Amino acid sequence: MLSKRIIPCLDVRDGRLTKGIKFQGNVDIGDPVESARRYYEQGADEIVFYDITASHEGRGIFLDIVEKVASSIFIPFSVGGGINTVDDMRDALNAGAEKVSVNSGAVKDPDIISKGAARFGSQAIVLGMDVKRVAPTEAIPSGYEIVIHGGRKHMGMDALDWAKTAEVLGAGEICVNSIDADGTKDGYELTLTRMISDAVQIPVIASGGAGHPAHMYDALTKGGASAALIASIVHYGEYTIPDLKKQIQAMGCKMRLTW
Amino acid sequence: MLAILKYKAGNQTSVRRALNHIGIPNVITADPAEIAASEGIIFPGVGAAGQAMDELTAAGLDAVLKEQVEAGKPLLGICVGCQIMLDYSQENDTRTLGIIPGECHLFNPALEDETGAPIRVPHMGWNRVIPRKPCALFKGISDDAEFYFVHSYFPNPQPDYVIATTTYGKEFCSVHGGPGLWAVQFHPEKSGRPGLKLLSNFHAYCKEAANAQ
Repeated sequence: MLSKRIIPCLDVRDGRLTKGIKFQGNVDIGDPVESARRYYEQGADEIVFYDITASHEGRGIFLDIVEKVASSIFIPFSVGGGINTVDDMRDALNAGAEKVSVNSGAVKDPDIISKGAARFGSQAIVLGMDVKRVAPTEAIPSGYEIVIHGGRKHMGMDALDWAKTAEVLGAGEICVNSIDADGTKDGYELTLTRMISDAVQIPVIASGGAGHPAHMYDALTKGGASAALIASIVHYGEYTIPDLKKQIQAMGCKMRLTW
Repeated sequence: MLAILKYKAGNQTSVRRALNHIGIPNVITADPAEIAASEGIIFPGVGAAGQAMDELTAAGLDAVLKEQVEAGKPLLGICVGCQIMLDYSQENDTRTLGIIPGECHLFNPALEDETGAPIRVPHMGWNRVIPRKPCALFKGISDDAEFYFVHSYFPNPQPDYVIATTTYGKEFCSVHGGPGLWAVQFHPEKSGRPGLKLLSNFHAYCKEAANAQ
């Protein structure tokens, strides 16, 4: 039976983690390679790196980190942030990532999904979408709109339509991030997650709002997600990944517990 | 020394990084002499079966692989490599290597998982691999261990060649072959410690086989 996946997300700026990560023991809290290694050893099923570097130099540093990560962890990991062209995808995949995540780059140029899928395979292309709840309109019938720039810019696109389009274009997975739930620790946006996971065949990753193992359980069952993305719930030492997995499994959702 | 087969549809560097990490000497190569001189061959593959088969043939490696298998060289096929060791794949309606009798079929999305929900295709993530017969690859690996899969087509070899199975909507064959000739549908190089252990078991088998000759 396929296990549901738990995926810690690490934000990197200029080669350092932007949020401190509180591990037990003597670990430099700002080193992304060391943090990835720790999560790997704790039984993370996959890891996401999100590059929030603005500068060109920072990008090079980030790719060096990707290479180091690829030589020290032996589970899949994906890279997002700043992936706007097929060349960006190639650079990240060549550095050793399994998957690349496109977000605003695909909103502006949806063809990047089909080009990336044709060149690297659908399994390597994740569509990340940032979504905000709005009053349903003719343009946004589902009541969920695609936003970019951390929610500051509304794109007038319906999230449900976009998910279906991305699947047709060749995305292998969709990561649905609720801007409304993000950072609240009140739980994932289950209505949104369910709506998208019912509409597509490909796996859906729930993102935004995790504060408790029960939230993750809900996203993976009621939300229909194949994976749950987490950040602060593990970064600040509130829970470890084995804690989360054991509790979610005890609630009745299959987790990978041997590694 | 293990030879990782070099052609345009393989994830050779991922395999190489995993082997380097566990200290197994390896070379990424398409050179028939180098392949012949190795203790064993790893045959990775990503993408579509048709394209992988074309690339393999274009590199002249289809014949090399068959020769080496006939000569008794240990071989480990991974993912699409595992699939195209069979006779035929439904993907792109492709005639494949025919090293092991059988075919590769598409998952039917109408199948349901244990919770009654329709399965998603591709099968992506961690799943168990249940041995159906003893296999040197799984020595020292817990029966509870899980491996990382990502595929839409699954191997369907002749029953005699089934080594281990996995359940996704239905039970399918996730490891096939026989002693020294193995094909795994999952990615050992991305399956954490159990995957690294499997690669090290393969290497140990290759060394023993080379010494016995």
